[in-house]
Amino acid sequence: MIDVKDLTIEKAYEMMKAGELTSVDLVSLCLQNIKEKNNELNVFLEVFDDVLDQARIADEIIKSGKGMKLTGIPIAIKDNILITGKKNSSGSKMLENYVASYDAFVIKKLKEHGAVLIGRTNMDEFAMGSSTENSAYGPVKNPIDPSRVPGGSSGGSAAAVASGMALASLGSDTGGSIRQPASFCGLVGMKPTYGVVSRSGLTAMSSSLDQIGPFGKTSEDAKIIFDCISGKDEMDSTSVGCRVLDTRIGCPTPDRRKIGVPRDFLKEGIDPEVLQNFEEIIKKLKNKGYEIKDVVMPYLKYSLPVYYIIMPAEVSTNLSRLDGMRYGTRKEGADVFDSYKKSRSAGFGMETRRRIILGTYVLSHGYFDAYYNKAWKVRRAIMKEYEDIFKDVDFVMTPTTPTTAFKFGEKKDPVQMYLSDIFTVSANLAGLPAITIPSGKSSSGLPIGIQFTGPLFSDESLFTLEKDLRG
Amino acid sequence: MNIKDVEKLAELAKIELSDAEKKTILKDMEGILEYVKVVEKVEVPDVEPVYNQKNVWREDEIKPSVFSNDLIIKQFPDAQDNFLKVKKIL
Repeated sequence: MIDVKDLTIEKAYEMMKAGELTSVDLVSLCLQNIKEKNNELNVFLEVFDDVLDQARIADEIIKSGKGMKLTGIPIAIKDNILITGKKNSSGSKMLENYVASYDAFVIKKLKEHGAVLIGRTNMDEFAMGSSTENSAYGPVKNPIDPSRVPGGSSGGSAAAVASGMALASLGSDTGGSIRQPASFCGLVGMKPTYGVVSRSGLTAMSSSLDQIGPFGKTSEDAKIIFDCISGKDEMDSTSVGCRVLDTRIGCPTPDRRKIGVPRDFLKEGIDPEVLQNFEEIIKKLKNKGYEIKDVVMPYLKYSLPVYYIIMPAEVSTNLSRLDGMRYGTRKEGADVFDSYKKSRSAGFGMETRRRIILGTYVLSHGYFDAYYNKAWKVRRAIMKEYEDIFKDVDFVMTPTTPTTAFKFGEKKDPVQMYLSDIFTVSANLAGLPAITIPSGKSSSGLPIGIQFTGPLFSDESLFTLEKDLRG
Repeated sequence: MNIKDVEKLAELAKIELSDAEKKTILKDMEGILEYVKVVEKVEVPDVEPVYNQKNVWREDEIKPSVFSNDLIIKQFPDAQDNFLKVKKIL
């Protein structure tokens, strides 16, 4: 009996090619897991009614010998990535009945490869949160311990893979929204270099930071998805593709073996078990022949404050399009402005309002220079700092998160919640690729993750690190 | 920052807040601003901020659209003869 929780894409592909497994079988197993667990875990907001039809078509393609690695593989999609004709709510009441009129670039790619899109996964409203507690449709529970959060904002996409409801999934990462939940659920999660994966069809949150990326059980699985969804797209003007640039700087390079550790940044607020695990991984990597070097990065500690100025500023402008006029929730008021207000108030949850108001504040006259402009200057210093460090080391390594998965309601104060992204946001600010890899478990059995951040366009080499951690 | 500031920001952002929500937002804003204000004091090289932005142009050509007109119209909260219906602006 196959357990989807242990099955990799590679293995499923081999089995399907050899005729030992069909996509219909595989999808049926996922549907069974969804039936048994989704009521409790609240992972999927919708399971598509045509999944078995998709699987049948994939089986035909496989039979004809034209199957690719993702053909017939069930993939879960975060609810902020558009699929033609399917609802797309972004975890919000504002878009509760919104139906997408086109495919996101990444969806187009998955469809071209014959992947089975199994359903849309629950998330923090408009991808804002670190626990999925901000979803308008109730929180997702962590499959490893349902009394704990799965992380966020792509918590549903992480839980779907961890509970065997899909083989892999797509999420979006603005400040850690793939890597933090991947770490909490014991998965590999990857945020590509800014521009390598098109955001056409991703509900925009913070446009200078957002990236789409994969969740998988292994780096190999994550890489299969990454290879499929990356590439240049004229519908996203920030898209640059990656192949050309890879060649330019000589990537991938499997012999990148020098890793920097920003010790000064790891002094406070980290769970002792996470820190102990981090030291064990350093030892392991040293045994494998990696050179581990302490690096000094004085600007890194400003990443989170800088993020909480730039991100809300972009959120407040990006979400101004949601006014209930052309699509989404509309509540009629006395006049057009009153209608905007009533619609937005009915559609937006508390965290969304908080960030819009914060963004409006930092962009307002009198505060713009002190906050927004200054934050961009510091952001530039962070980018420069990474650039300089990468002249010396190949990767920078930190824990992915300061703690393991926390309990529901544990982080009521917004700043406390925001601190769970302390190690992940700098990659978004600097546009760098970063990966989280499962690195062990705490004494209570909760997954711990380790994060590697690489230079721009080093995406491919990040996938090579896990095999040395396994052995 | 005080309640009046929150009210002004909410007005600018076109969001209605109850009195209780205003109080919560004020408290949260104070906490968050306290946390981020460190940025004001960071010493950075005196350079103009670079926004990493450049225009990406395309030719102004008519191309067949992949967007479903039908699906777009179906999203209109209120419509008349396939036109979007809104309250009068002026």
